[in-house]
Amino acid sequence: MTLALDGVERAFGGVRAVDGASFTLVKGEVHGLIGPNGAGKTTLLNLISGLLQPTGGKIELDGRRIDRMAPHRIAALGIARTYQNIRLFSGISAADNVVVGQHLRRRAPLWRRLLVLPSARAEENAARERARAGLARVGLEARAGERAVNLSYGEQRRVEIARALASEPRVLLLDEPTAGMNRSEAAAVAQLVREVAREGRAVLLIEHNVRLVMELCDRITVLNFGKVIARGTPAEVGKDPAVIAAYLGEGA
Amino acid sequence: MRDLLLAYQSLIAFVGINGLLALSVYATLSCGQLSLANAGFMAVGAYAAALLTVKAQAPFIVVLAASALAPAIIAVPLGLPVLRLRGVFLAIATIGFGEVVRLFFVNWDYTNGALGLVAIPQRTALWTIFLALALALFVLARIRGSRFGYALEAIREDETAARTMGIDTTGHKLAMFVLGAALAGLAGGLEAHFTFMVAPGGYGFGRVVEMLVQAVVGGTAAFFGPVLGAAFLTALPEVLREVGARLGFAPGPFRLFLNGAILLLVVLFLPNGLVSLAGLRRRKK
Repeated sequence: MTLALDGVERAFGGVRAVDGASFTLVKGEVHGLIGPNGAGKTTLLNLISGLLQPTGGKIELDGRRIDRMAPHRIAALGIARTYQNIRLFSGISAADNVVVGQHLRRRAPLWRRLLVLPSARAEENAARERARAGLARVGLEARAGERAVNLSYGEQRRVEIARALASEPRVLLLDEPTAGMNRSEAAAVAQLVREVAREGRAVLLIEHNVRLVMELCDRITVLNFGKVIARGTPAEVGKDPAVIAAYLGEGA
Repeated sequence: MRDLLLAYQSLIAFVGINGLLALSVYATLSCGQLSLANAGFMAVGAYAAALLTVKAQAPFIVVLAASALAPAIIAVPLGLPVLRLRGVFLAIATIGFGEVVRLFFVNWDYTNGALGLVAIPQRTALWTIFLALALALFVLARIRGSRFGYALEAIREDETAARTMGIDTTGHKLAMFVLGAALAGLAGGLEAHFTFMVAPGGYGFGRVVEMLVQAVVGGTAAFFGPVLGAAFLTALPEVLREVGARLGFAPGPFRLFLNGAILLLVVLFLPNGLVSLAGLRRRKK
């Protein structure tokens, strides 16, 4: 499994939010995407998940162009994501959110349910059971029945991760998964991300917590003004003068 | 019981027909889409049914099938472009469709223009209406909780997130748009064979607002809410007709006044409609 971005561009009018970004994401790695605010990180995630179309360059999953596909088709190829500004289905329960996350994995034709077949009920119970297990994995089993809107900020982020994982994605895109979390919550998420990568999924992680990124990521790509200014292991990137300049200003 | 049925036959029939119509609006509301094309779909269904009966003497079951099928077929090419619109723009575009349909029938000489088709034989019995209503309720109840139903809820809650979960939002919205069209058309076919006539005036903007008000008053959080709303708003003015007459109101305006007052009260005090009354009682226990 390889997700490859090649010279990806996205302009909004005269602003080049992403300006020729190239990098690859491979199976089993945690890949950090960092950069100052406004560097184009979230735009890049929107381009990969198909919510935006690039104005140049190409995005390929295992050699197949995905940059003109509808979001639901990209999701069907195994790319799932979370959102920086949390987009849970807030009126339904945490467990139901995770059931929706299984949409692509479920084989449950409506006619079976219209005919009230026992197989339909069995499949639904299995889906609910998997949702419960998914919530247990992010430590929220006890909150399964709670409406998403009533959950705390950190809990909502974890439900979003559980919902994304419910589709058993090959690529998981996480947009600031630990924002607003306390240290122990963030550590639990970091542990989960490690496990997810160990299962052979690729994780692309936007994160502002530098220590977490340094600990967690196998490789890091640094964006600034839509361009890749550095890439490499955390140690390499941490020493890169361009990165230091971008974060602290010239002459720092 | 038999006397009651006879005395109130027309009222009971309209409770059922309006229930179907309210459900047709609920179909698209359940995935967060405010479509107001349903009076137009109803007209298509009613005219298709009336023409088949009057001009072709088709059996009633065929007539009813056609009344559901004809608007459903039209809903596909209509839905594909308009369902890309969101919120109020979808409402406006679908109102436009309704008006086009109405004006089409006003100007179509084959169906006597604004006068419409009359002397349609009465074929609709109460049991036909309520069998159709029961079927519609059954289908909507089974959709809830299914994979398809979860997808609809997801679209209603957050369409963008739903798309990145792999849900084909356009396909799902289109399916419910087509189902709504079929239900509205079926109600039109049933009504035409109950009231003996179809005329464009019966399928104007006011009619779709009536459907929407009934759905909202009943409550769209539960699939049976719209039917409750339709029953309530259809029966109540009849029950209160006497009161209105004594106060010196004409029945038509009084009905509109009551509908408006009830809508206002429900929106202010029961934002989730009549179905939330059941919820309130449960919470108190």
